[in-house]
Amino acid sequence: MQRSDPLGRPPAARRSAPWADTVFSVLAHGAAIVTLLLLAGIIVSLLVGAAPAIKEYGLSFLWTSEWDPVQDKYGGLVMIYGTLMTSLIALVIAVPVSFGIALFLTELSPGWLRRPLGIAVELLAAVPSIVYGMWGLLVFSPVLSTYVQQPLQALFANVPVLKTLVSGAPVGIGILSAGIILAIMIIPFIASVMRDVFDVTPAMLKESSYALGSTTWEVVFKVVLPYTKTGVIGGIMLGLGRALGETMAVTFVIGNFNQLNSLSLFEAANSISSALANEFAEAGEGLHQASLIYLGLVLFFITFVVLSLSRLLLSQLKKGEGTRT
Amino acid sequence: MSGNTFIAMDPARLARHRRRKAVNAVALTLSLAAMAFGLFWLFWILFETIRLGIGGLNLDTFTQMTPPPQAERGGLANAIFGSLVMVGLATAIGTPIGVLAGIYLGEYGQKTLLGSATRFINDILLSAPSIVIGLFIYSVVVANVKSFSAIAGILALSLIVIPVVIRTTENMLTLIPNSLREAAYALGTPKWRVIMTITLKAARAGVITGVLLALARIAGETAPLLFTALSNQFWTSNLGAPMASLPVTIFKFAMSPYENWQKLAWAGVFLITIGVLALNILARVFFRNKH
Repeated sequence: MQRSDPLGRPPAARRSAPWADTVFSVLAHGAAIVTLLLLAGIIVSLLVGAAPAIKEYGLSFLWTSEWDPVQDKYGGLVMIYGTLMTSLIALVIAVPVSFGIALFLTELSPGWLRRPLGIAVELLAAVPSIVYGMWGLLVFSPVLSTYVQQPLQALFANVPVLKTLVSGAPVGIGILSAGIILAIMIIPFIASVMRDVFDVTPAMLKESSYALGSTTWEVVFKVVLPYTKTGVIGGIMLGLGRALGETMAVTFVIGNFNQLNSLSLFEAANSISSALANEFAEAGEGLHQASLIYLGLVLFFITFVVLSLSRLLLSQLKKGEGTRT
Repeated sequence: MSGNTFIAMDPARLARHRRRKAVNAVALTLSLAAMAFGLFWLFWILFETIRLGIGGLNLDTFTQMTPPPQAERGGLANAIFGSLVMVGLATAIGTPIGVLAGIYLGEYGQKTLLGSATRFINDILLSAPSIVIGLFIYSVVVANVKSFSAIAGILALSLIVIPVVIRTTENMLTLIPNSLREAAYALGTPKWRVIMTITLKAARAGVITGVLLALARIAGETAPLLFTALSNQFWTSNLGAPMASLPVTIFKFAMSPYENWQKLAWAGVFLITIGVLALNILARVFFRNKH
């Protein structure tokens, strides 16, 4: 602190620790750098751990479906398919529902209900995934089997394509139930992002549209949605990122079956995260463990791309917010 | 004026008006249904958790160790203790780092390259699959020490705490008006004192909310503990040994065919759900009172 002070030196107490400023700044910078290193560390450690499997299989690991610890042969296709398919089902269910919830919270709900309902939706996001998993396995899957899967099988028994989609034992465990549970888990994430970006739409725009005689639906679909579309897509990507990486809820209900015998949605399957959860602690060092880490690397890569996209889209919206007042 | 009435009575226009009204009614009904759909799951899950959880809950749950299959008595004492120890220590490690990095983002590096990089990476870490964090700690700690340990579990959980705390700390600091900082600087206060005694103090409620939310998040985390802390059938306070935790115990017990294990798993799920929801509500109430 350089200054010319005609009244003499400042009180000694204020100068008691001239190094404190530097120390504090170094600490703060250090903590930020630690966060950056964390990501680098994760990537490096996954690469090192997966190296034996990458050397052995190369990229063909991604489209080989054989997973056989007994013969020490590994391919990740079944798990990668399971991860992508369950997340896809989750999105198909969660996106329209979240849109409906956001629409309800921003345009329809009476003011006094808005806050409690918003909190209820956020609490749904706070419930730990293991609770979803256990509930899904012991409560939901029997219900799904009796009231959804069996009627669907009876209904589609003679329809060519749909028949294969619903074949298999209707035990309530498999890709479909994992997808539904994931949908329930990501609805709150997508819905709250959508609600937040819908709220960003200037009231002026909406009111102009109402004044021209638009219905509520027309205002939302033709004014609010186009205005917020980057944010909406960012929110969907955020939900997708969550769904891809979710472990416990999926592990309970997907059936952990390492073969891909049919394209049926009722078939037990496996996902990357559940394979890791089930096999990693028992996997012997060597190719089995390396292949599992390779799967982890693939999962991290996919979620990294999805989450980066989500972040870029959402930050773009934020920038736009500043320019359009 | 008579022309206008004529147009308004035009049958084609009336039909279109009716169709638009109908579309609107259908859309709004579906929106209401979506809201009901979301709430339906919340209530169903809470209802079953409470119904089955209370059924499995008694004094033994808190005083007895996790039992072998089909034992007469048994509880979750060691798992509850393990969870408390690991969650507590992980928060103690993760909070200072998170707060400091949040201070960096909010006070030092708003516009710097390091700032935007950290912010971006942090947002990704916030939603990164927690099982990958487990893999990371496994290869860095467990594989080198050659043993599963509570320490590894604590480290894995603390890595989940850090991004949550960074996020909320930064958010709260950016809410503090600049005039407050400028007033302090004008009195000749050094930067670190401005942060510690002015801005961080003003943002305290938000930071504490973030810590509570982080606690709630890791209390239910299972995936990062599976191959770091593993589990333990017995009571242990040795941080160098595998340690039981509620989520991992629930996972093991719920997937088993034994009735006594499943009952305990429900009791555990009940405890975790109540704990996590209580922390969340506490965080909200706390934050609301201060702001």
